Amino acid sequence: MNGLIALVAGVLFGFGLDLARMTDPERVLGFLDIAGSWDPTLVFVLAGAVVTATVGFRLIGRGDSWFGGPIRLPQRSDIDRPLVLGAALFGAGWGLAGYCPGPGLAALVQGSADPAWFVVGLVAGMAAFAVARRS
Amino acid sequence: MVEFDWLSASAGGVLIGLAATLLLAGSGRIAGISGILGGLLERPRGDTLWRWIFLAGLLMGAAVHQWMDPAAVEARTGFPVWALLAAGALVGVGTRMGSGCTSGHGVCGLARLSPRSGVATAVFVAVAMIVAWMLRHGPFAGLLT
Repeated sequence: MNGLIALVAGVLFGFGLDLARMTDPERVLGFLDIAGSWDPTLVFVLAGAVVTATVGFRLIGRGDSWFGGPIRLPQRSDIDRPLVLGAALFGAGWGLAGYCPGPGLAALVQGSADPAWFVVGLVAGMAAFAVARRS
Repeated sequence: MVEFDWLSASAGGVLIGLAATLLLAGSGRIAGISGILGGLLERPRGDTLWRWIFLAGLLMGAAVHQWMDPAAVEARTGFPVWALLAAGALVGVGTRMGSGCTSGHGVCGLARLSPRSGVATAVFVAVAMIVAWMLRHGPFAGLLT
């Protein structure tokens, strides 16, 4: 059942990203570039997602999930250096090419080389960080 | 470029929020893409199958929408390869170090009113805006063309 949940959630997520035009990095850069002809698309996407998730998460509450055992929510609330430095590095990459992880992966279905090069860098970066943290 | 369409943007956002709600209610997991992908690169076996299935679903969902409405998204091509690789590496290291991306911090974290996610989202949006400005209008304009 957890596989089915993951499949349906993934399909909804990917469909939503493409419906919302987030798989077009130029649209994302149009939002980030506040000095250009500003594109408000991302504001509506984020607002729609956050409002829906706020209501949804409130309905779920705490305790156990339907099929996957306890609900695993991050417990930390401290603001530390890795959080801020990591977010800054992520922001630099996002502003450079206009892809964040979800849209970068979803854009692979466009069949062009651009998102594929981004995903190569993404996986390499994640793997490098995993190796560095282990040692 | 296709015109701004607030209805598809909002509807797509609602679907993303529903996906995050379903994954949390059904399996107890946060729908953070960088966490789901990054977990495949470091977690021991046994916790990986749902991650593969979710990511496969993500591609399937995007493919279905693209098939239904091929004109909705114009695929960008010809962006410099070095910039795509560098951007990917920065996003990969940054999201793992900072414990999340636009979905984990920006959607799920803000929905939980997490202070860490609020700070992370403010930082990555601000830095991305500065970098986008520098590359389009500022000192590095023309670097990517």
